[in-house]
Amino acid sequence: MRSRDHRRRWPVTVGTALLGLLLASSSPGRAQQETGFRVEIKAHGYHAPELTVSPGTTVTWINHDDDPHTVTSTDNVFRSAGIDTDETYSYTFTKAGTYEYYCTLHPLMTGKVVVRSGS
Amino acid sequence: MSDPRGVDRRRFLQCMAWTGTGLLWSVAGGVLSSRAIGVGSAEAQSGPATFTFAQISDTHIGFKGAANPDARGTFEGAIARIKALDPRPAFLIHTGDITHGQKAGAFDTAAEALKGTGVERAFYVPGEHDVFADGGTEYLNRFAAGRPGRGWQSFDYAGVHFVGLVNVLGYKAGGLGSLGSEQLEWLERDVAGLSSSTPVVVFAHVPLWTVYPQWGWVTDDAGQALAYLKRFGSVTVLNGHIHQIMQKVEGNVTFHTARSTAFPQPAPGAAPAPGPLKVPVEELRGMLGVREVTYAPGRDRLVVVDASLA
Repeated sequence: MRSRDHRRRWPVTVGTALLGLLLASSSPGRAQQETGFRVEIKAHGYHAPELTVSPGTTVTWINHDDDPHTVTSTDNVFRSAGIDTDETYSYTFTKAGTYEYYCTLHPLMTGKVVVRSGS
Repeated sequence: MSDPRGVDRRRFLQCMAWTGTGLLWSVAGGVLSSRAIGVGSAEAQSGPATFTFAQISDTHIGFKGAANPDARGTFEGAIARIKALDPRPAFLIHTGDITHGQKAGAFDTAAEALKGTGVERAFYVPGEHDVFADGGTEYLNRFAAGRPGRGWQSFDYAGVHFVGLVNVLGYKAGGLGSLGSEQLEWLERDVAGLSSSTPVVVFAHVPLWTVYPQWGWVTDDAGQALAYLKRFGSVTVLNGHIHQIMQKVEGNVTFHTARSTAFPQPAPGAAPAPGPLKVPVEELRGMLGVREVTYAPGRDRLVVVDASLA
């Protein structure tokens, strides 16, 4: 299983995120913790901009910029409201697929979540 | 004046009448000049007169970030600056980002507060902060109800043709500001019947010239709009969005971006990303401001004077 620790920042690349995943999943006694990944929004960018997760994974975006941002699916699958400084938005991906998203305030900001069984 | 250019002509004529029979002074090209204004609506129809209007931009009502802990206070300061202008501006244009993140009630707050300028009429174009959450529904209902199109507009005042363009409703992933084909076709029709000697003022939120594409400070199809305006002898383009003054002259077209009343942004490329710029508190008001624009007959260029809030 995956786990999420709110006190710790998730790594910013997919590779290190997966390493964190392995470490977390090897920890005993954490069965109650929720399943999830975290994407940091800073300097008008999503970090990591590409993420690969298993179906059922919740991804949480947190905005560290002084500007508000959004997480808006290009296919209208999900759409956050404005995410202000230090606010978060979460979405649980239930179906396999590639989900591209962007910020409707700053459309040069783009990201992608790939949902794949066994990821 | 016929639609779609016939935006509230009657009120404009009233506005002209308000100027009365006084002597209007203005600084044009650095030379103080005066002329009698006494013909009111007749002059509005038959020929140009000297007049001024004010530009306010990027008020970001609801901003509470560290870059300006008192954005409401600086907004009020901007209103006071406009109220103190002499002569009183004929009207006000707001070049967008009225609100910060389309906060509830912010449009009403802005519009009500701007009445404190004493300027009778305000014209708005939206910024991306005003439309991003609902695709523009609230903005268009509030500021463009009953008008054809999606918020764009034009009107004539004292022989000058004003065009308000909307370049924030076509944002797509990876994209930039854009006007879109429907608006461009409208613009082509809108200016088609005008004499090339008609001074034209275009106002829009995102710059209509390439300021800094890496930060989205550009409108991708602005070139087509400018092509429709190329034959005119005097075109003045007023934008906001970048929260700092920049100017450029290209042929007969003069481009100006305006300061915000809420917070400054970094110069292009001077930071990893755009966004609210924290500066020493004693410098903040000097980086915020409003703008006065004067048109004088016989001069190709309008006189643009920026006033900081310091």
